[in-house]
Amino acid sequence: MLKLEHLAWELPDGEGIIKDVDLTVQDGKLIVVTGPNGGGKTTLAKLIAGLETPSKGRIAFDGKDITKMDVTERAQNGIAYAFQQPVRFKGLTVRDILELAAGGSLDESELCGLLGKVGLCASEYMNRELTAALSGGEIKRIEIATVLARKGKLSIFDEPEAGIDLWSFSRLVETFEDLRRQGSGTLLVISHQERILSIADEIVVIADGKVRAAGPREEILPTLLADEKAAICPLGREDVSI
Amino acid sequence: MNSITEKLLGIVSDFKGSFQGAFNIRENGQCAGRQSSPNIHIESKTDKPGIDIHVLPGTKGETVYIPACVTHGDVDDLVYNDFFIGKNADVRIVAGCGVHTDSEEEARHNGIHRFFLEKGARVVYEEKHVGTGKGTGAKRIDPVTEVTLDEDSYLEMDTVQLGGVDSTMRKTSGVLGARAKLIVRERIMTDGEETAKTDFKVTLKGEDSGVDLMSRSVAKGHSHQEFISSIRGENRCTGHSECDAILVDGGTVGAAPMLEAYHVDAALIHEAAIGKIAGEQILKLRTLGLTEEEAQEKIIAGFLK
Ligand SMILES: Nc1ncnc2c1ncn2[C@@H]1O[C@H](COP(=O)(O)OP(=O)(O)OP(=O)(O)O)[C@@H](O)[C@H]1O
Ligand SMILES: [Mg+2]
Repeated sequence: MLKLEHLAWELPDGEGIIKDVDLTVQDGKLIVVTGPNGGGKTTLAKLIAGLETPSKGRIAFDGKDITKMDVTERAQNGIAYAFQQPVRFKGLTVRDILELAAGGSLDESELCGLLGKVGLCASEYMNRELTAALSGGEIKRIEIATVLARKGKLSIFDEPEAGIDLWSFSRLVETFEDLRRQGSGTLLVISHQERILSIADEIVVIADGKVRAAGPREEILPTLLADEKAAICPLGREDVSI
Repeated sequence: MNSITEKLLGIVSDFKGSFQGAFNIRENGQCAGRQSSPNIHIESKTDKPGIDIHVLPGTKGETVYIPACVTHGDVDDLVYNDFFIGKNADVRIVAGCGVHTDSEEEARHNGIHRFFLEKGARVVYEEKHVGTGKGTGAKRIDPVTEVTLDEDSYLEMDTVQLGGVDSTMRKTSGVLGARAKLIVRERIMTDGEETAKTDFKVTLKGEDSGVDLMSRSVAKGHSHQEFISSIRGENRCTGHSECDAILVDGGTVGAAPMLEAYHVDAALIHEAAIGKIAGEQILKLRTLGLTEEEAQEKIIAGFLK
């Protein structure tokens, strides 16, 4: 179980980005976090993975208080995070990063299995370096594969759909469904995609640094779809008038 | 051959007790072994120290080993090696250099290598440099490489120096004929008080000639590196140089690229990036469970691979 209590994070100038967030995520669930751009989803993910340190509040995972643990310790405790903006490395190959993620060497069939889940062919990609020569969609899919390779207890995917073609996206949605079916850990997916929202167990709406709404998909999704049909984007913006 | 030479040979070339095919081993300024092959002839120079290596036209798939070792202090070895690569030959040349000193005296190797490639010849040239030994005497390697590429020839130079050499000054120059290609891949790591200076000078004389220089380096401790490159295009040609350097601790690096286009269709590009390891790279590897130190090691090892 992941439990966030009164979590807060500010910019150095004092501007609040995450404001008193309380959230409980049950094991084995597929949670989709959505909400308007700039609402604080990525920041929340970074706080959970330890890339940022909260100014207030507490994070508990698997019965342990992990608030003070650094990135490495949280990773070793089973938290995996696929960046919204993947990092490029001159010199490291696709194979290198997947092996680091898996914590040991991988044979070709294992590489095929991992890359296949994001619609990539291992023989074509495993020796490519993670440089700017890889396209945006390619590096994004490799980033997702690194998190799949970790087999974490909690896997966070930050907008996995961004820049990915229709075919790979369908493959990815299947992968998320498979992972849930196999009960391989908790999945926290940040997404704006209806297809991903529609496979969620629970949906959390983050807007203006707060939890705007949270609950079972059946309850939250219809309200989001109704909002979408309105002329304005009302998420987190009650004060907007036409 | 002494045991230090054997050890150095293992590091700088694929020496496993012996070499296959043509070779010449230089130890403390002397010849410690030589063998020619039917297609590759190695002979001593008569006017100065060094050898002439003749690769007959059309020779394919052979490797020539010409490693040089300095195994104690107070040696200042200077050698001239000339390679004549016949028309359409396709060979690999392995020229490692190891210097070792356990005393306070300097051990230095200064190899001047000239390559003359005839039309259509192809060469892969590998050069690995290393310094070993506990002595305080400076270990220096100062290679000079001059390549003359005739029409349609191709030379790929892979040069690596991964530690222990106190000071190095490497000068590489080339003149390229029509459709000739030169590719240089250099990787250097310095630490402590070491210094490394590289100086490339390439003239693209022939139509459609091309050069690609890629330098990746890591400067740790208080070491200092300098990268100078000059590409001169005198015809329709392509030139690309790229210098990437990672700074660790108090390491410093200077890069001074120069491009000169003397023809309207000369397309010359230079890219240089110097800085410490990007924080987000370390963070990404830490999210995979590595510590900060492990992440840094992996990034550097991959970068210099
Ligand atoms: N390091 C930072 N410096 C300045 N502003 C920041 C920083 N990190 C986050 N912010 C700001 O905090 C807000 C929330 O950012 P965050 O990236 O968490 O949003 P998001 O919900 O993930 O948005 P998106 O849907 O566009 O990915 C934004 O206004 C962003 O500009
Ligand atoms: Mg985001």
